[in-house]
Parts: sequence; structure tokens; C-alpha cells
Amino acid sequence: MSTPPLPDEQARNAAPMKPSTTARLLPHTRFGGPIPWVIAILIALVVIASAGGLALRNLADNARADLSDAVTVQIIEADAEIRSAQASAAAEAMAAHPLVTSVRIVPEAELSELLEPWLGASAGTDDVPIPALIDVELSRRANSQEVAQLQAALDGAVEGARVDAQSEWLRPVYDALAAMQYLALALIALVAFATAAAVWLAARSAFSNHEETVEIIHLLGGTDAQVTRIFQRSVLRDAVFGASMGLVLGLGAVWLLGQQFAGLDSGMIGGGGLNLFDWLVIALIPLGGVLLALITGRITIGFALRSML
Amino acid sequence: MRGMTDRPSEIVKFDNVGLRYGTDPEVLSDLSFTLFPGSFYFLTGASGAGKTSLLKLLYLAQRPSRGSIRMFGKDMITLPRTRLPDFRRRLGVVFQNFRLVPHLSAFDNVALPLRLSGTSEAKVIKAVSDMLEWVGLSHRAQAIPATMSGGEQQRVAIARAVIARPQMLIADEPTGNVDPDMALKLLRLFEALNNRVGTTVIVATHDVHLLKKVPDSLIMRLQKGRLSDPTGALRYPPRPSGAAKTNSKPSGSA
Repeated sequence: MSTPPLPDEQARNAAPMKPSTTARLLPHTRFGGPIPWVIAILIALVVIASAGGLALRNLADNARADLSDAVTVQIIEADAEIRSAQASAAAEAMAAHPLVTSVRIVPEAELSELLEPWLGASAGTDDVPIPALIDVELSRRANSQEVAQLQAALDGAVEGARVDAQSEWLRPVYDALAAMQYLALALIALVAFATAAAVWLAARSAFSNHEETVEIIHLLGGTDAQVTRIFQRSVLRDAVFGASMGLVLGLGAVWLLGQQFAGLDSGMIGGGGLNLFDWLVIALIPLGGVLLALITGRITIGFALRSML
Repeated sequence: MRGMTDRPSEIVKFDNVGLRYGTDPEVLSDLSFTLFPGSFYFLTGASGAGKTSLLKLLYLAQRPSRGSIRMFGKDMITLPRTRLPDFRRRLGVVFQNFRLVPHLSAFDNVALPLRLSGTSEAKVIKAVSDMLEWVGLSHRAQAIPATMSGGEQQRVAIARAVIARPQMLIADEPTGNVDPDMALKLLRLFEALNNRVGTTVIVATHDVHLLKKVPDSLIMRLQKGRLSDPTGALRYPPRPSGAAKTNSKPSGSA
């Protein structure tokens, strides 16, 4: 028998295989298993939670910006003429305070319009008297001592009138919004953990299924890095598909929710829209998901390989 | 004929090696022997004698439970596992059950050692095409193992084992699944590799008739996990008399 036609030279270094070659070493399982879809669902949840958290943050910020530098004076008096006179006196007393930048007595027509959904067309008539309200803009957010000074100034002008620091009575709302933001963050962390766990399980399962191939590659001189690359390519493919699908699903859900909230036509909810930065953050979520899957896959395969010779 | 004192330094040296799986009794005990570059060895013994376990130690799929193993001048016991690929690439292995990658074609299976060692694709295509032609499987290049006969799979496994020009070829019962004609043909293939390329060849077989087919071969006999050396050929330094058969071939590339 003739001498085998062996190549003249051979490389001894572990140069990376071409991607197309690497891909062929494991059976083609693209989209075949549940993992891409699991990743898609988890990424969609992160997108929704992130969008919700960002919207809540914007909502709270807008509300604070609108309300924290203002107080409201409320005068409760059944007689319309007396009430009007007291409102004028209170406005003068407030305007004299150095912290106050502007004072506006809310017109009765505006108040009637605001209360009409609850009190009907009789709102603002003599039958159903409504308090006088004065919007007082401040040069900055007032602390409790300054609010007390304003109240004292008001007491000197109109007995029984009351200063409401809007930021104070909205504090429980802010606290609730903050809690919901933390909840969104916790949800994102949990989903990230679940994603990593899913990838870990999938990588372990894939490794077990292809352990024979891995052992052959090892015995033929394949390195851990080469084997890891083979699996990472598979993980990358599944993660990119899953993350893309998850982004589409998540954005769809966010859009639907946005439409629902927009339908409420509420001034406060209107401050919860997403800005360009928020959309950029959301766009980065699939990238983060893919990166997390790659790192998890690499660590999982690395541990599995270390148990082999 | 190369004189005994000219014998090149060893390619494999086992010293008091033992192997056990878990807490079971040792399957290999007190193995001490030396293999030389360019030689042709038969490893014989009854089924269950430990031939495959010894080969696993040789092709670095297993570490021994005790003793020391030196291969290519390096201590394999203390070698970090991350350095094993460097040494595995010097070996060609024909596994007992071939161990072809089931979803890869014959071409891709044969190409695997070259691709793993970073050989350019142009060289891979040329070398693998030539090799498949040499083993008579050009027409089956794109066939996957499940569609190939035992003899065809055997030839793919052999082509894969020799494609990267190994310094040592290890074959576990390579003729066990083929007819006598094919067995002889494969043996001639190993001889050609040994004679003309200088590869050290170790063939495990329980077929005693096969031993007579390679006149210059040396015999290692395993009995219940222990090695007997009827020719004294495994001793180093060898006997001063001509009792041991020697190999007159070049020492190869070791």
C-alpha cells in the first residue's frame, strides 16, 4: 500500500476554527428547543418592567417639579362675598412673604369646572358652596418651618384659612411611586436571574447531550476554549433570537399599555411618558440579555469541562 | 538494522503504573515498560485483560491511580489538563467503536484534527480529499457515519487518526469489525505509516493470527491487568543479547 498522502506541515497551535466550521461541530438545533422562547418571554418581561419603572420615575419627577415649589391656600366660607373678600386678603398676605413669587386666586368658574364631574352642574352655586383656592408659587421648595411661617402670615389676615404644602400631601403618592420603582428593579433582577438559570440549564443539557462529541474533540486535541466557542455560538444564536423576539413582544405590550393609560386623559398619568433616553435604555435590554446569556453559558461550559480530563 | 545501542530515547515510559475505577480493584497493576519511536507494537490479551484501559492511558483519556507516565519526554501525571491538547495532537487514535462524530460527514470527521490544530481550510480540503481517496472513500465524502458500513467507518476513523501525521498511532481492536481481507488491508496501512513515515504504532488485538502478519513487530501481552514481556523488547535498556526483537525502521519524527 502506498504511503498515506499526509499534509506536509501541520499547525501545533490552537488557532480558532472558522465560525462556519465551529457551527458544524454541534447539530443544528436553532429554535428547536424552548430556550429561545424562554429568553424571549423573560426579555419581554424585563422590557415591560423597565418601561414601567422608567415611566413611574418620569411621572414622579414631573409631579415633583410641578408641585414641590408651590402651596395652596384654602378658605372655607359659605358666604360667597365674604369668601371673595377673604381670598383677596389672603392673597395680599401671601404676596408679601419673601418666599412667594406669584399668587393666583383660582377663579370660581375654573373650580366649578373641576368639581363638576363629582358635584354636577350645581357645583359653585349658592346651594353647594365650594372653598376658595389660591395657588401660591414659591421661589423654592418650602420646609416645614417656612410652611408654618406662611400659615402664621395667613392667620393674621384670614382666620381659619389653611396652607396646604402640595408636596406634603403628595408624599404618600411619591412613596408609593418609589416603592413601585423598586418593585420594577427587583422584578428585573429576578428575571435576569431566571434568564441566567435558564441558560445554565440549557447549557448543561446541551453539554450532556453532546458529551460524546466533546470528548472526541478533546481526544483529538481540541482545547477547552475551542469547545467553549462551539457552545457559545449556539447560546449566542438562541439568545439573539430570543432577545429580539422578547424586545418586539415587550415593546408591543408597552405600546398597548401606553395607549390604555393615554385613554385615561389624566394630567398626572400624562407625565409618565418615556423620553429618548428611556427608549435607549430599553433598546439596550436585549443586548444585556445576550451578554448575560453568553457569560452564563461560558461559565457553565467552563465548569462542565473542568470535570473532564 | 539499527543496533540496540543506537535505539533512540523512549517515546513512552510507564513506571509502576496502576489503574482502578472508583473503589473497584485495579484493572491495571504494576505496569512498567518503555516504547520507542518508530516501532510497531501489538498489545494482546484476552477480553477483559485491560487492553482498552492501557490504551486510554496512552491516548491521555485517563490518568493512572498510581505510578508515573512520561510521554514525549514530559511527565503526564503532573501535566496540567490545559496542556494535554498539545500532546494529544501528537497522537492518532483509532477507537474500538470508531467514535466518529455522528452528525459530521466523512470529510468533516477526517478534517477534524487539522481544523482543531488551526490548519488553513485550503490545506484541509486538499489533505482530506487526498486521504479519502487513499482509503477509497472519495465517493462517500459527504456520507454521515450512520449511513456507512462498518468497514467504511473504520477507514474514516483510520484516515482521521493519521491525517495530522501523528508521532504515535494507537489503534484499539482496529480489525475487530471487518472481514479478514479488510483486516489485512488495514494492517498494511499501519505498516506503511510505520515504515515510511516513522510513526510509532500500537495495535491492540486479541487476534493472534494478526501478530504474524507484521514480522518486525514487538508484543506486549496483558494478563489480568499485568504486563508480560515475552520478548524482553519493552525493557530499557534492552537486553545485551539479541533476544529482543528490534525494529530496523527509522525512528520517525519523535
